[in-house]
Amino acid sequence: MSAALLLLTDGRFPAGGHAHSGGAEAAVAEGRITGAATLAEFCRGRLHTTGLVAAALAAAAAAGADLLALDDAADARTPSPALRTVSRRLGRQLLRAARAAWPAAVLDQLAADRPRGAHQPVVLGATARAAGLTPLDAARAAAYESAGSPATATVRLLGLDPFQAAAVLARLAPEVDAVADAATAAAHRARTEGTGALPAASAPLLDVSAERHAAWPTRLFTS
Amino acid sequence: MHQDHPEIFPQRHTMSVPGGHRALRVGLGGPVGSGKTATVAALCRTLRDEVSIGVVTNDIYTREDADFLLRQAVLAPDRIVAVETGACPHTAIRDDISANLEAVEELEERVGPLDLVLLESGGDNLTATFSKGLVDVQMFVIDVAGGDDIPRKGGPGVTMSDLLVVNKVDLAVHVGADLDRMAADAAAQRGGLPTVFTSVARGQGVAPVADWIRERLAESTAGAA
Repeated sequence: MSAALLLLTDGRFPAGGHAHSGGAEAAVAEGRITGAATLAEFCRGRLHTTGLVAAALAAAAAAGADLLALDDAADARTPSPALRTVSRRLGRQLLRAARAAWPAAVLDQLAADRPRGAHQPVVLGATARAAGLTPLDAARAAAYESAGSPATATVRLLGLDPFQAAAVLARLAPEVDAVADAATAAAHRARTEGTGALPAASAPLLDVSAERHAAWPTRLFTS
Repeated sequence: MHQDHPEIFPQRHTMSVPGGHRALRVGLGGPVGSGKTATVAALCRTLRDEVSIGVVTNDIYTREDADFLLRQAVLAPDRIVAVETGACPHTAIRDDISANLEAVEELEERVGPLDLVLLESGGDNLTATFSKGLVDVQMFVIDVAGGDDIPRKGGPGVTMSDLLVVNKVDLAVHVGADLDRMAADAAAQRGGLPTVFTSVARGQGVAPVADWIRERLAESTAGAA
């Protein structure tokens, strides 16, 4: 475990995540997250679907795979136009912070190649590489973020006891580790088999809710 | 990495605005209901024929303030953008400014070149201030009805802002606010930094704020030359 990984995954790292709920705002409004138990199920579902996909993309990027091919693979695994936009915007925000924290030619090149932003998991993996972290580190960061973001948002949205939210994430930690391991193995296979070897687990309800949420006239979170 | 104006803003990390010309970024912070949006609207009306202006709002609920400005028709709609703050308006202007930087730069790309970008924070508490990585100068807007002891209480907004605006002075007589005391307390808290008293919604008093911005614009232009 490197201190650079702690910094990259710190909620205070200025990469824009605080304004996103990971789908929790829509799920709260639609009555699917009502407390700690339903939050845990929501986070578990997100972890094993979009979390797994993000972790594999991040691990592959951290392993040095072609970033633009990974960016295309991320597009193919993100059917919701609203979530594509969000992912690219967050990727751009993360890249800004990453270039200040860990200046590297690979990050400058990615910014030049994708001026409107690359997908966030791809940037996360490239950032991990620039910071001297491993593919598994990058996968853990992406997998943890997939559960951490809705948990943090639910504390604000429901006034959920923050100790309960922390307990939800602590109980999920072994599954986060397992997802990161599986994602790293897939990223390793992708080195010889191409991006088709990366997982493509989807969560249709997250996609549908994200589209609805993006059309709300008033909301607290961007997504 | 491209850093603009390295001699003036060594810490600012700007990605997309090339070259020398960049709008002056002015932050407006302050508690809920003190008149930030009304001040932005009045400033736009006063300055829009002199300089090219854009506005970024940071609302609690996405678009309320942006929609108010649109209804007032103070600027063309494409010059006003709203940033969501995830229920933490102070985070978006201080701790993680990335979304606001994105908004400012996209605005400059889309409708620029701009001379002035006004960034309005969501209504927050007395400790909320803008990061120097986001704005060049900032004003803090309070009002007499919020209590005439706010200048005495201090806090970063009152003590550190480049301009303190005390709004709604027309209400002072109704709420028992002592304007002389507020002026004396503000002077004591702020060293040499200026304080102005306004009544923006009554159509008076935004002039000193607009003059202050004109001075900052002149400084900025001189510094860039």
